[in-house]
Parts: sequence; C-alpha cells; structure tokens
Amino acid sequence: MQNSHLKHLENEAIFIIREVAAQFNNPALMFSGGKDSIVLVHLAMKAFAPAAVPFPLLHVDTGHNFEEVITFRDKLVDDNNLKLNVAYVQELIDSGYLIEEKGKYASRNQHQIPTLLKAIEENKYDACIGGARRDEEKARAKERIFSVRDEFGQWNEKEQRPELFDMLNGKIGMGQNVRVFPISNWTELDVWEYIRQENIQIPNIYFAHNRDVFNRDGLIWPASDFINKAENEEVYETIVRFRTVGDMTCTAAVSSEASRLDDVIAEIASSDISERGARIDDKRSESAMETRKKIGYF
Amino acid sequence: MDLLTISTAGSVDDGKSTLIGRLLYETDSLKTDQVEAIKRSSENKGFDFIDWSLATDGLIAEREQGITIDVANIYFTTEKRRFIIADTPGHVEYTRNMVTGSSHSDLSLILIDARKGVIEQTFRHYFITNLLKLKNIVVCINKMDLMGYDEQVYENIKKDFLDLQQKSGFVDQKITFIPISALFGDNVTEKSSQMTWYEGKPLLEHLEKTKRETDTVLPARLPVQYVIRPKKEAYLDYRGFAGKIASGSFKVGDEIVVLPTKRTSTIKAIEQYGKSIDEANADENITILLNDEIGVSRGNMIVKSDNIPTATKEVHAQVCWMHDRPLQNFGRYAIQHGVNTVQAKLLKIEETIDPISYAKADDVRELKMNEIGTVVFRTAAELFVDSYHSNPKNGAFIIIDLETNNTVGAGFIL
Repeated sequence: MQNSHLKHLENEAIFIIREVAAQFNNPALMFSGGKDSIVLVHLAMKAFAPAAVPFPLLHVDTGHNFEEVITFRDKLVDDNNLKLNVAYVQELIDSGYLIEEKGKYASRNQHQIPTLLKAIEENKYDACIGGARRDEEKARAKERIFSVRDEFGQWNEKEQRPELFDMLNGKIGMGQNVRVFPISNWTELDVWEYIRQENIQIPNIYFAHNRDVFNRDGLIWPASDFINKAENEEVYETIVRFRTVGDMTCTAAVSSEASRLDDVIAEIASSDISERGARIDDKRSESAMETRKKIGYF
Repeated sequence: MDLLTISTAGSVDDGKSTLIGRLLYETDSLKTDQVEAIKRSSENKGFDFIDWSLATDGLIAEREQGITIDVANIYFTTEKRRFIIADTPGHVEYTRNMVTGSSHSDLSLILIDARKGVIEQTFRHYFITNLLKLKNIVVCINKMDLMGYDEQVYENIKKDFLDLQQKSGFVDQKITFIPISALFGDNVTEKSSQMTWYEGKPLLEHLEKTKRETDTVLPARLPVQYVIRPKKEAYLDYRGFAGKIASGSFKVGDEIVVLPTKRTSTIKAIEQYGKSIDEANADENITILLNDEIGVSRGNMIVKSDNIPTATKEVHAQVCWMHDRPLQNFGRYAIQHGVNTVQAKLLKIEETIDPISYAKADDVRELKMNEIGTVVFRTAAELFVDSYHSNPKNGAFIIIDLETNNTVGAGFIL
C-alpha cells in the first residue's frame, strides 16, 4: 500500500515539475548521479508519461567522479531516452578560467559554481531543476521552490518572493533564471522510502562494498588519485557505503554493512549523524552552505 | 502515516524558536552532531542553559541579530505523525511571511509570552489565521516559569484571547490553550509537574491527535496545467490534459465542461503517470482524456456539468499587500489564479481594515506593505473562481507586479 505522506510529496513534486515545463522555455534538470537527482529524474518521467521528458539533464562534471556513478548515469540516459548535457570543470581549468586548488584539501567543489553558470549562460537555460531539500541544511530550509537568481547566480535571501498555496510565479526578466526544487519538503528518509516504494535503481556505492579508504579529521575518505594524501595517511581496505554522493574529494564514506535497501533504510532511520555530517565541503565553516549559495551554488 | 503542516506565529523573543528546538530535541529529530553543535554554541555564548533556538535560526543575519527573519521549514516525525512546521517571523514588518506560512498549513500555533499577555502582534496573527480561514488554532502561553506557573495568569490570557475570537465572528474555529515553558519543557512533550491544575494534553500529543480538515463535498475543479502530447507513433491521437485536482473528484464517464469555451464532453479515461485509474480526488495529479476532440489549453479549467464556478473579469477580493511598492491605480499587474495567469488592473480599493482595531477606512488610494483591504480588479480574460470561503482551493490568487515580476500580494475572493 502507498504511504500517504509519500503520495502527498510525490503529488507536490510532480506538480512543480510540470509547472517548470509549462512556464519556462528552456529548462534543464541538474543531475549529479546522487540519489536525490535520480529521484528527480524518476519524478520527471512520471510527470510527462507517456510522453518523453521535455528537457535535458545537465551534469556538472568535476572529473573526480566515482566511476560507478558515471556508468549508472549513462545507462539511465540510454534506457529512458533522456537527453544529457555535460559541463566539464576540466575544460574551464584547461582553458585557464579556473585554477586547481592546492594542498591536501584540494577539491573542485567550488569550481562547480562557475562551470554551472557558464553552462546556464551558454545553453540559455531559464530554469534549472535541482534536488536540494530543506531538511539538509539550515540555509536550505529557507529556500523557495522557485528561487530566482541573477546573471551571477546569486541567491538573495532578503529578496525572495513569497510562495503562497501551490502557486508558483516563474516570471523573470532578462538575464535572470530560476532554480527549482521540487523535493524541497522531502526528508532524507522520505527519499529512501520512495526509492523502495518505486523500486528505483541507484548506483551501487550507496550499498556496502569493499573500498580503499584512509582516515582524516574523523571521517573515512575514499582513496583516489584526486586526493592529495599526507604521508602519514595510510590507505586500508574496509567495508563502507556512501550516504550522500558528490565527487570523490568531497564525499566521506560511512562504515556500514548495509548491503540491501532495507538495511540502508533501517540504518538511516536510526543514524545518529545528519546526512551532511559526511560532507567534507560543509565542514569548512558554520555558514559554509549559505556562503556558497549566495554566489550561485545549487 | 499522515502529514500535518503547522505554521507558527509569535513575537520577537516570545520563545518560538526555543519551543521548536525543544520539540525537535525531545522527538529525537536532532542528530548527535547537531545537538553537540548547539551545546557548544550555547557554551561559547556563555549561556547557563542550552539555547534550542539555535536549531532553527539558520541564516547568518539571524545568528548575528539573534532573531528569526524569514519563513523556515522544519521537519520532524513521531511514531504517530509526520510534521512540517513553517516557522514564520513575528515582527511587525513581516506580516507577508505569516500569510505565506499560513497558506500552507493545517494548523496555526500562536505563542504568547505569559509576562506580556495578548499584545498587538497576537491580534495580527489571529487576524491572519482568520483571513486564511484556518480552523485549528493552538495558543501556547509560554514562559509560565517566569510567572511562577500561576493558573490565574493563564486564565486571564485565555479570557483576553476568547474576547478576541468574539470580535472575529469566526465560529467554525477550534482554539486550544496550553500553558508551557519551552525553556524547561513543561507541557511540550510531557505533562508539566509544575502545572497540575492544567487538565489538557501537552502540546505534542495535541498535535498528534488533531484531525486534519479534509474537504467535505466540494465541487470538482481541474485547472489544466499541461497538455501531454507524446508525438510517438503508438500515441498519435493522444491528448492528455494534466493537472492537480484543486477540489472535489472526477471519475471515468463524468460529464464535463471546459472553461472558458463551455465545450462539453465526457471523461474517456483518467491516467495517473501513464496508468489508468477509475477515479481521483482533490490534490491528486491526473491526466484526463476526453471522448470528444475539443481544444483545451493551459489555464483552462475542467469542471463537472452539475457545478460550474463563476466566470468573471471582475474580481472582488480581500487582499494582503506584500511589497514596498504599494498597490495603486496605474500599476501593471497580473493575477495568477492557480495555474492561470491574466493581466489585471486595479479598479478600486473599497476599504482597508486594521487587523488590530478592526477599524475600517474608505477613501483609500493605495494599499501599502502589510495592509489588508477589500479591492476590485478587472482582468484581461475570464477567471473561473469560487469564493475563498466556500472553496479555498479555488478562491485564492497571487498578484504579480509586471514591472518587477515580484509576487506582491495575496487575494482571497469574496
């Protein structure tokens, strides 16, 4: 039997996705390969069935990917006749627009912002659908469903439009675009329960697997060529899974033996650490997320 | 498990964020890393208690000022129910946020500082819950610890509030009063040992048991949101009219009318995400296929022949203004009613009403930020409306300023 609150959340999300297709000329769905964006793709396919999804996926690729995620992405696109546009951070580094960070915390996380903004400008996207949820982080709790950005991608929390009932005002001027968050009101557990209910496939790194890792700052980091290790950081193999999936330099693993969806859900329901507790990018400061949002982060 | 959405209202420093923080903590909705951060932060600030408001006051500006400045959505779950709290600010200048938060909620939670009693801000909040016709109200009389948990304090405030209700004349409303201390947790999740004179339920239990207002028998309204045309060989003649049912229900075989064309047909099939179903109810997304080939586009409304809404180019409504640029005669506006957006101009402002004194004023030329008035708009095309009172889901609209594209007002059709 369908869970009544999941049905409510699904209705709300699909309504929002249809509003995007109706109100904008050239939308895109921001796809990261993480579970939230996979759920978005699933919702979009339902929203327009039996027609095709009327907008492309946009992947901002840092180049520091989990291979499993890219394989998954390409299969998802092929199996469902989706369109995929990829914006490469590497291209902007090669052309000299961006400079690689140095040191042991070097990451391309910040580089996603200019890469995304360039893709929006070049493709003239007027709306970008994203999988952010208000329960993830305090600054996201105040985000609107339709979040208007200027040409610099800036989020101005004081100038946000009020959103009443289910009416979404997508009117924008030249140079503006809108970020749209259809699963704003979902919690992490809702996403997982929906994945189970709908039997949605997700990359296998969400389940327990053997991996080479090392410890840093109390977190388990995946070992990879993209991360500058200190000499005393020993790589060892252990059983882990990922609770959130970003690129390899900003996503920590959790020690877990949950190899089936039911186990993962049970583990999350009883978990003592918040989802973004395993996001290295948020640890930079108390307002790390808000500061990044203001300059155009998702 | 079902979902209850709550909007909160309070004034600066009446402890709303503290109450929500405590609810989150006591329902185990905060993870260890979050609790640790709050404890650390409280210690750093030199408090001798844990400041639970830190769980909700999200933005940098708020942390600096120590107050809440925008609507924040907060999520928690108990074994009985899922909750969403829209934490709306209580400052005088942010009435618009209160209207916004209330427009999504099943229940309104009003906080009163036991030391101050019913104040101007309480009048304003209560007025807004009435404007939005919210039927479930919980009044938490907070900071009872600072008043020695005195029953008389509680009774006096309760009496003042009930006087206010008399004035409003909104009789369908259910008001519940709960004396609490958010700081010490009295009557939040558990009954207070300090206030044995209080015979009601603690707040959480009350929230778990509140019945959601469900649609009784409201007329069937489907605003057409999107026309699905697959353009695939197998679906050559497929034209599906997709939308979320605003109110009532539809089933296969129903006789329908499309507005504004007034063309009639019967429902051939109802689909939900590509699967056929026989019947669907309010709040469900459906795709309707008709037995006759008639033109239907976004912004049209499909209704059942036995109950047709009012088609009008003159909209008479109560409006709450939400922007610094006032509502005025020569403004260029659009009205968005559901998914139907039409150009509009202001014909007249009949009167304004003061949410505190209920005093009315006519001869008003403009409606300023946070003012509430009765107005008439003329629209460039027909809207298909019910009164907000008879069918809220088809009786509200937003006003867009076409100069700035901002959402500048909310309307409730009379």
